[in-house]
Amino acid sequence: MQLARVVGTVVATVKSPGLEGVKLLVIQPLDRSLRPVGSELVAADAVHMAGPGELVYFVAAREASQAMPDPFVPVDHAIVGIVDAVSSLPGEEP
Amino acid sequence: MKLGRVVGTVVSTINYPSFDDRTLLLCDLIDPSGTPAGGYVIAIDTVGAGAGETVLILDEGNSARQILRAPGAPIRTLVVGIVDAITEASPGEPL
Repeated sequence: MQLARVVGTVVATVKSPGLEGVKLLVIQPLDRSLRPVGSELVAADAVHMAGPGELVYFVAAREASQAMPDPFVPVDHAIVGIVDAVSSLPGEEP
Repeated sequence: MKLGRVVGTVVSTINYPSFDDRTLLLCDLIDPSGTPAGGYVIAIDTVGAGAGETVLILDEGNSARQILRAPGAPIRTLVVGIVDAITEASPGEPL
């Protein structure tokens, strides 16, 4: 799992069966110092509560579709939690 | 499995139900000599690992769900061991 910031939403009317009602968000993956790393990607929102600007963590690959109501959907990134705090342990600050 | 060092924790109240009551550890990936290999993962703790410890990270979904006895959970990455020592042999040298 990795940290990311929600930066936008995606609306798609025509999509693969099973994706109806799944909220799609644009996320920017972050490093552990919360700096952007890599390119933005589209993730399904499995917590139904993530919104723009929020810090989240997401799961990739097969596990992303496990977070969907129907686990056999074409989803490869899913937001599985909204982050309240990221704490660095003493001596391990980035 | 991968080697990592525990560098922090991630706290979350709104999460997918499979993550309820689980500890999320922020782990830097390291190479066998202990230097950061670049990148990090958020992993679920199964062994009680703490600050600064070198840990063994499992990054495969089926094994992770089997260990947690959580079939169907969107979980892939676990901390499954605390490393005491790593020995690197020279090429040709018996271990």
